[in-house]
Amino acid sequence: MSFPNPPKAIKLVLLGEAAVGKSSLVLRFVSNDFQENKEPTIGAAFLTQKCTIGDKTIKYEIWDTAGQERFASLAPMYYRNAQAALVVYDITKPASFLKARHWVKELHEQASKDIIIALVGNKYDLVEDSNDELRKVSVEEGKKLAEEEDLLFFETSAKTSFNVNEVFIGIGSKIPDNSPVTETRPENGARIDLSSQPAQKSNSSCC
Amino acid sequence: MDEEYDVIVLGTGLTECILSGLLSVEGKKVLHIDKQDFYGGESASLNLSQLYSKFKPSGQKPELKGRDRDWCVDLIPKFLMSNGELTNILVHTDVTRYIEFKQIGGSYVYRNGRIAKVPSNEMEAVRSSLMGIFEKRRMKGFLEFIANYDEDVKSTHQGLDLDTNTMNEVYNYWRLENGTKDFIGHAMALWPNDDYLNEPARQTYERIVLYVQSVAKYGKSPYIYPLYGLGELPQGFARLSAIYGGTYMLDTPIDEVLYEDGKFAGVITKEGKAKAPIVIADPTYFPEKVKKTGQRVIRAMCIMDHPIPNTNDLDSLQLIIPQNQVGRKHDIYIACLSDVHCVVPKGYYLAIISTIIETDTPHVELEPAFKLLGPRIDTLMGIAELYEPQQDGSKDGIYISKTYDASSHFESMTDDVKDLYFRVMGKPLVLKKRPNAEEEEGLNGL
Ligand SMILES: Nc1nc2c(ncn2[C@@H]2O[C@H](COP(=O)(O)OP(=O)(O)O)[C@@H](O)[C@H]2O)c(=O)[nH]1
Ligand SMILES: [Mg+2]
Repeated sequence: MSFPNPPKAIKLVLLGEAAVGKSSLVLRFVSNDFQENKEPTIGAAFLTQKCTIGDKTIKYEIWDTAGQERFASLAPMYYRNAQAALVVYDITKPASFLKARHWVKELHEQASKDIIIALVGNKYDLVEDSNDELRKVSVEEGKKLAEEEDLLFFETSAKTSFNVNEVFIGIGSKIPDNSPVTETRPENGARIDLSSQPAQKSNSSCC
Repeated sequence: MDEEYDVIVLGTGLTECILSGLLSVEGKKVLHIDKQDFYGGESASLNLSQLYSKFKPSGQKPELKGRDRDWCVDLIPKFLMSNGELTNILVHTDVTRYIEFKQIGGSYVYRNGRIAKVPSNEMEAVRSSLMGIFEKRRMKGFLEFIANYDEDVKSTHQGLDLDTNTMNEVYNYWRLENGTKDFIGHAMALWPNDDYLNEPARQTYERIVLYVQSVAKYGKSPYIYPLYGLGELPQGFARLSAIYGGTYMLDTPIDEVLYEDGKFAGVITKEGKAKAPIVIADPTYFPEKVKKTGQRVIRAMCIMDHPIPNTNDLDSLQLIIPQNQVGRKHDIYIACLSDVHCVVPKGYYLAIISTIIETDTPHVELEPAFKLLGPRIDTLMGIAELYEPQQDGSKDGIYISKTYDASSHFESMTDDVKDLYFRVMGKPLVLKKRPNAEEEEGLNGL
C-alpha cells in the first residue's frame, strides 16, 4: 500500500478569439454546466479541477483570459509558467482559426518550451446532424495545423459536452510523470505564502 | 465600441491598476487604457531589448547570456514591506494567487566606510558590528522601549510623549550617538533625509514598528519581492479588474479628451468613443494638469556578475547609504537582486541605485554607491522628474496620481492609492476579504 502523491498542479491557460467558447469549455469541464448567451463570468477566472488518469492525479489550475484577449491585452503573467494550453477556435468562424495560428505562435514565443498545447475546434454541436453548411473550418485543416505544430487536436462542444473531458485527459496523459516544474522557475529558496489561511477547499476527483 | 463606463483609467502603472482592481471589485464598470503596448507604465519591468532601447538606443550592448525575457529590470526599484500596506492590499484582494513572492535576503547600511547588517531587534543589536559595547546597550534599551510601548500604559512611555517630543528628544533620552540615530532614522524608519529629527516622534515610532514587525514576519529582512519583477504587480491587479468585468485596451493612445461644462466626459481612441464621468490617470496623460514637485530622481541599473562585496554573497538585499555618511542631503538606496527572484539569468546580479538629485552632475552623486558595488558589466542611467496633480479632481472629475518617488518601498504609493480612492469614492478605503468566487472546485466527477 502506498500513499498517493499530492496531485501535481498544472497551470493551464486558454487562448483564442473572443466568443469561441473558452469560458464555456472551462465551465463544462469544471462544473459540467453550460449557459446559453451568458454574460462573461465575473469573479471566476481561476478555477481548479482535479483529474485522475490511470494512477496519476493532476490538479489543473485553469486560467481564463478574463476578457483581456478582446483588445489584445493579455499580460505576460498569463503565459508565465503555463504547462498546458488550449488554443480554441470556432469551427463555424474561419477568422477564429486564423487567430488560432497566431496564438500558437505567441505561445511558442512566450511560454515554456515544453508546454503541451491542444488545438480545440469548438461548437461541434452546430455542425452535427449533417447540418454541414455551417462548418467553415474542416477537420482536415485543424488536423494539419496540429500536425505541423505538434499539438493535440480535438473538436468539441461545450454545449453538449462532446469531447470536452477528452481534451483534459489527453493533455493530462501527455504530462510527464516527474516533470520538473518548469525550466524558469527555480525551486531553491523558500517562496512565501502571504495569505497564511489554508487556501483550498476539500478535494474532488474527476475523470 | 461607443460605450458608457463608470470610470476610465489611463495608464497601467501600479497605482492605476490597484485602483482599477478595487473599483471593479466594488462593481464599478471600468475601462482601462494604456497608450503603450505593455502593462506597467513607469512601474513596468523591462526585458533586455526594451531596457536597451529605452536607455541606450544607440549605445553598444554588452554580450549577455539568457533570453530576452529572462531579464526583468524594474524601472522604479522598490521592495514591499512584508507587513506594509501593499502586502495587505495584495492579500485582501487575493492577487497573491497570481504572483509569487520571496524574501529579500538582507537589509544593510553604510556606516563609517563599512557595510553592516541593520539590527532589527534587541538580540541583533547586541551582536551588531555597527556599535561599540556601551552604545549597544543603549540601542537595546531604545528598541525595548519601542517594542514595549503601549499607548494605554503610561509606565511604558518613559515620561516621553510621542506627539509633543521630537524624535531627536527621544533619541537623546536614550543617549544615542549620531551614527546610531543615522541608521535608525534612515535604515529602519527609512526617512530619506533628516527633517524627521525635529518633528514629533509619533511617525518615526510607527515606521520603526513597521520595520520591526516586517522583519519578524519572515526573518531575513523586512522586505519581500515578486518573482519576475515588480512589473508583475500591475499585471496582477489588472487581472483582478478584468475578472470583475474591467475592459483592457493596451497600445491605445488617447486621440481626444472629451469635456462637458468643463468636466471630464470621456475619451476618443482608435476603438471609438468611451464615456465616463470620472477619469483616473497617471501624470503623463494630463501634462497641463500636473506640476513639478521640484524633486528629480536619478536611477542607475547596474548589471554585474557578482554579488555586492561584503554582504555575505546574499542573493538579494537593500543597502542604504545615509546622507550624513557621504555628505549629502538625501540618502542613496541600492536594491540588489539576482536569478533567485527571476529577474536576471543565472550568474548575473542587478543593482539599482537611486537618489534625489542635488547637483548639476547627478551621475557623480552616485559615486559612493558605485564604489561599493565593485566591477560592473554595464550601467544604464535615467533621470525622472517627479510630478503631482495641481488639483484634487473634485472640480473636473480628473483624478491624477503622483509620480513614483525615490523611496525604497511602496508606503507612499499606497498612501496615494488611498487618497485617490477617497477622492473618487467619497469614502475611505476599507479592505474586505473578497468572496472566493474563484475558488469553486469542480465537485462533479467526469
Ligand atoms: N452552440 C454552441 N455555443 C457555444 C459553445 N460554446 C460556447 N458557446 C456560446 O458562445 C458564446 C461565447 O462563449 P464564451 O464561453 O463566453 O466564449 P469566450 O469569449 O471564448 O470565453 C456564448 O454565447 C456561449 O453560450 C458550443 O460548444 N456550442
Ligand atoms: Mg471568456
